[in-house]
Amino acid sequence: MAEEKAASPLPVVPFLKIPDDGDPYLEGHKCKKCSAIFLGERAVCSSCGAREGIEPIRLANKGELYVYSIVHRSFPGVEVPYVSAVVDLDGGGTVKGNLIGIDPVPEKIEFGMPVETVFKIAPRKDRDGNEYLTYYFQPRSA
Amino acid sequence: MSDVYILGTDMIKFGRFPDRTVPDLGAQAALMALDDAGLSINDMEALYCGNLMQSNAMVGQRILREIGQTGVPVVNCANACATGATAFREGWAAIKAGLYDLVLVVGVEQMGKAGLLGGGGGSTGIPTEGLLGSSTMPAVFAEAGQEHARKYGTTFEQFAKVSVKNHHHSTKNPKAMYQIETPLDKVMGAEMISYPNTKLMCSVNVDGSAAAVIASEKKARELGLGRAVKVSASVLTSDRFTERDLTMPDVNTCTREAAAKAYEMAGIGPEDVNLVELHDCFATAEILHYENLGLCKDGEAGRLIDDGEVAHGGRVPVNVSGGLLSKGHPLGATGVANIYEVTTHLRGEAGERQVVGAKVGLTHVIGLGSACAIHVLERVSD
Ligand SMILES: [Zn+2]
Repeated sequence: MAEEKAASPLPVVPFLKIPDDGDPYLEGHKCKKCSAIFLGERAVCSSCGAREGIEPIRLANKGELYVYSIVHRSFPGVEVPYVSAVVDLDGGGTVKGNLIGIDPVPEKIEFGMPVETVFKIAPRKDRDGNEYLTYYFQPRSA
Repeated sequence: MSDVYILGTDMIKFGRFPDRTVPDLGAQAALMALDDAGLSINDMEALYCGNLMQSNAMVGQRILREIGQTGVPVVNCANACATGATAFREGWAAIKAGLYDLVLVVGVEQMGKAGLLGGGGGSTGIPTEGLLGSSTMPAVFAEAGQEHARKYGTTFEQFAKVSVKNHHHSTKNPKAMYQIETPLDKVMGAEMISYPNTKLMCSVNVDGSAAAVIASEKKARELGLGRAVKVSASVLTSDRFTERDLTMPDVNTCTREAAAKAYEMAGIGPEDVNLVELHDCFATAEILHYENLGLCKDGEAGRLIDDGEVAHGGRVPVNVSGGLLSKGHPLGATGVANIYEVTTHLRGEAGERQVVGAKVGLTHVIGLGSACAIHVLERVSD
C-alpha cells in the first residue's frame, strides 16, 4: 500500500491554534490599552477604539462555567441534547462551546463549576473530507 | 423642535398568510391607519417602512404601488427585531427636524417557513452548531436568562409564568395570533427547546403588519388633538462593548441605556408608566427587561412575576397584548404593533383588555446584534 501522509486537522475556528510542536490552544487578542480580550485577530479595539497594540495571547485551558443552556432542538442533523456553555477562562476571555462529560440535566450542572478545555477531532468533516480539530469544555476538579 | 403626535394607528390580526404578499399585508395596515387618522395617502409627506426579510426589495415603494404612488420620499429600514420601531423613529426624527408635518410608518413581515430557531451557521469549514455550543435564538436567550438565574436564583417556573401570563392576556386580544389559556403545567411540560425555554416560551412566528400616521404638533392641533397620543420619547441604542457581548449577546446594557435616556427625554420615571409592551421574544427575556426598564429593582423580577404585579390589573401590566409569545412576532411589524397597542390603551379604546386610566405607556424592542428602541407615549386628552 502506498504511503499516505495523514493530513493534519484544520482548526474549527481561526482562534484555535495548532502549533507544529506543542499542544493546541485557544488564542485571544488583548488590547494593551484597555485590556479587552477578543477571539480572533482584529485591527481596532471595539472596546476603546485603539488602532494599535492589540496582541495575541494564549488563553488559559481552565476556567469556570458562566452560564449554559441545554439544547434539545437544534438544526437538522445535530445530535441533541447537548449543553451549550459560556465559559469564563482564567485570566480573561469568554468562550462558548459544548460542555461534555456531564449529564445534560439542570440538576447536574452548576453555575461557576470549574471546567477545562479539551481538544478533539470533530465528528464532522467538510465537503472535501478534511478533518477538523475542535475544542470542548469538561468538568474538572477545582 | 416640534413635539410629535400619533394621529392614527392600526394593525392586522396576526396570523399565517402564505397566499398574500409583503406589500399587500403592509398596504392593508397602512390603509387602516390612514382611516383611523381620517386622512388619505395624499396627505402623507413621506413613508418610513420597516421590513426585515425583504430588506433589499423596496417594500415601501411596493406598498405605495398598492395604495397610491404619490412620489413622496420612501425610506426602507432594517434593524433586526427593532426594524419597525426604527422606522417609526426615523419618521419621528424627520418631523422633529421640521422636514414634514405628516408621515406614514408601516411595519410588515411575512415569516413564511422561517423556523423557530433563527440564526444559521457560518459558510466556511464545518458547521459549528452543536459543536461549539448553540447559536439558535432559543439557546442564546436561554443563556441570557440563565445569567439572571445565576445572579438571583430565578427558577424555570418563574420564567414559565411569563408565558402563562402573556398567553392569558391575549385571550382578550382579538388581533393576537392565539386566544388560548396556557396554564403553567402546559408551559413547563411543553417540548423543551433550549432549557429553560420550552416551545411555549418561544415567540410565535407569524405574518403581520401595523402602521401609524404621525404628525407635527402644528398639524396635530390643526386637525384636532381629540384621539391623538403624544410621543414623549424615542430612543435607539446599539450594543456598547461589554465584557462578554461578543460571545453572549448583551441585551441588558443597551436596554438600560435606552430606558434611562427615554425616561429623561419624557421627563418621567418608571413609576409613572401605566403599561409596557416589551420584547418577550423568549420568556427568559421578559424577566430581564423588568429590571432593565426599571419596573423593579435588580433581583426583584422573579418576585414581580410571582406577585402578579406585571399581570393585567397589577401595578404595571406588561404585554397585555399577549406579547411576542402569544400575539406573535412578525419581526418588522412588531415595533409598530407595540405602538398600536399602547396607543389604543392611552385612547381608552382597548375594550376588554383596557388598562383602566392609562396615561403613560412604554414600548421596547431588541434587535439582536444589537439594537434597542424605546418609545414613551402619553395621553393628551383628560
Ligand atoms: Zn481597547
